[in-house]
Amino acid sequence: MSPGVLAAVQFSWLAVLPLGIVALAAVAVLLAGARAGQDQGEALGWFSAAALAAAALPVLASLGRSRLAFDGTVAVDAYSVYFELVILFASAMTVLISLRYVAEMGLAPGEYYALVLFAALGMMLMAAADDLILIFLGLETMSLAVYALAGFARRQARSAEAALKYFLLGAFSTGFLLYGIALIYGAAGTLKLEPLRAALAAGTDHRTLLLCGVGLVLIGFAFKVAAVPFHMWTPDAYEGAPTPIAGFMAVGVKLASFAAFLRVFGLHLGALAPTWTAVVWVVAALTMTAGNLIALAQQSLKRMLAYSAIAHAGYLLVGMAAGSNEAAGAILYYLLGYAFTNLGAFAVVVALERRGVEHESIADLRGLGARAPGLSAALALLLLSLTGMPPLAGFVGKLYLFKAALDSGLVWLVVIAVLNSVVSAYYYLRVLVAVYMQEGGVAVAPLAARPALLVAVGAAVLGTVLIGVFPAPYVAAAGAALRSALSLSSPGPLALIAR
Amino acid sequence: MVAPSYYLALSALLFGIGVVGVLVRRNAIVIFMSIEVMLNAANLAFVALGAEAGSVEGQAFVFFVLTVAAAEAAVGLAILIAVFRNRETVNADELTLLRW
Repeated sequence: MSPGVLAAVQFSWLAVLPLGIVALAAVAVLLAGARAGQDQGEALGWFSAAALAAAALPVLASLGRSRLAFDGTVAVDAYSVYFELVILFASAMTVLISLRYVAEMGLAPGEYYALVLFAALGMMLMAAADDLILIFLGLETMSLAVYALAGFARRQARSAEAALKYFLLGAFSTGFLLYGIALIYGAAGTLKLEPLRAALAAGTDHRTLLLCGVGLVLIGFAFKVAAVPFHMWTPDAYEGAPTPIAGFMAVGVKLASFAAFLRVFGLHLGALAPTWTAVVWVVAALTMTAGNLIALAQQSLKRMLAYSAIAHAGYLLVGMAAGSNEAAGAILYYLLGYAFTNLGAFAVVVALERRGVEHESIADLRGLGARAPGLSAALALLLLSLTGMPPLAGFVGKLYLFKAALDSGLVWLVVIAVLNSVVSAYYYLRVLVAVYMQEGGVAVAPLAARPALLVAVGAAVLGTVLIGVFPAPYVAAAGAALRSALSLSSPGPLALIAR
Repeated sequence: MVAPSYYLALSALLFGIGVVGVLVRRNAIVIFMSIEVMLNAANLAFVALGAEAGSVEGQAFVFFVLTVAAAEAAVGLAILIAVFRNRETVNADELTLLRW
């Protein structure tokens, strides 16, 4: 763009068709929800899930037609396809998990599903954006919807309080991100990632300004992925939010944040890698250790899963610190397995909850193995995957991540990560001990009476097993996604970071 | 013509005031106001840096930020009201149903 003039933007509606479908569906659900009664809530839910599935078709159709659209601000590449598909899947799973929950808890269905769709829209925008302002807009579209969802059970003091804490700390982090973007704009003169990369490669005479900006953007992302010391909102928000939304936050928000984080830092700020990888190294070590150690002390299942989500963000940051192509591919693969496993775990928690009988504490799960053998088996499998037991998705993901980090010479960080994995086994297995080896607890409703939830748990379990036992196609897809993003940004050699 | 570094210094000062405000004040509404100061510090930086670069881009970004800030205010104040109805306080130190 020439200075002083806003050039005519090349519109390419096909590039944003999936976003358009989700946006239109969100508005339709919102309008229909205003007229629909509580009994039509499930129909709105099914419509939302169908719209999310429909949006996946144009996403798939854009495979192999990589390009930059809208004057270089939207990237259509295998990378955005990969993340958009996983985000659409995670959002659809959230809707399926919510169907009965929304009705039982007396939540307004139209607004609930519309907000899930708007959040999905923001997440997809973050995955596809190739411009810092667009990433900011996607992030805010997602965050504002998720803040509202966290406080959706607004007559419950805990839900409202969770929303307030999440909102205040989230908006605080937005301030850092935005100020960082402003400083980067000052140093490089552009916010589009392609020209930014070129400007960095050419060198800038405002290096201090640039580094301040990058540091502030890093803080902003660290908040969103729940990295220590910016994780304080996570356990409160997950515990107070409606349970399906807690799962959505743990998976969807993390997917979108890592998609943008990796694209900005890994692909485009590679020239500054020696500075930010050192910071990420420390943050990764702190995040894993704090997440796992505090999880040990938790009595509430949702809160334990929140700290577990922090710990997993730490493992993913190990990959960011490694900063190689291999590590980036491992992050993509890990996130896929993580999405299935964690959504499944939260779906099981939803299955255990009913109005008045919230399965709050791990002690409530005692004897579940005898009362609900199917659900218990699913929970066991998902928790074992989160621990990192072979041959499940969690194990293979960690294997790839840690191997990539070792190849980049981060021996000590990998040692810390492996020790953390061992520690994490204790609190995951503690749940299984309660389920299978102790007596007492609270009765649960049969899962068969809730088909959508049954489908969601089944899909999560199936995905966790398949992705772990047959990793090859998923690893290949992750690699192809990364190569596509790299070739779009630099037609030269495929190297993420010149070490 | 005032040198751009003065604008940047002012915006950095505003940003600092916002950050300190978030960290030391306990009333959720004041915390939220401090966050708005941070966003406006970024706006000032965008305008100043855009003018220095001789591009309207910097000023165009401010419109996006203003829109987002307005939406954020709507959602944030709604959440504040929901909390106040439940608890009759918006003091961050008294919101302890969930441990910080």
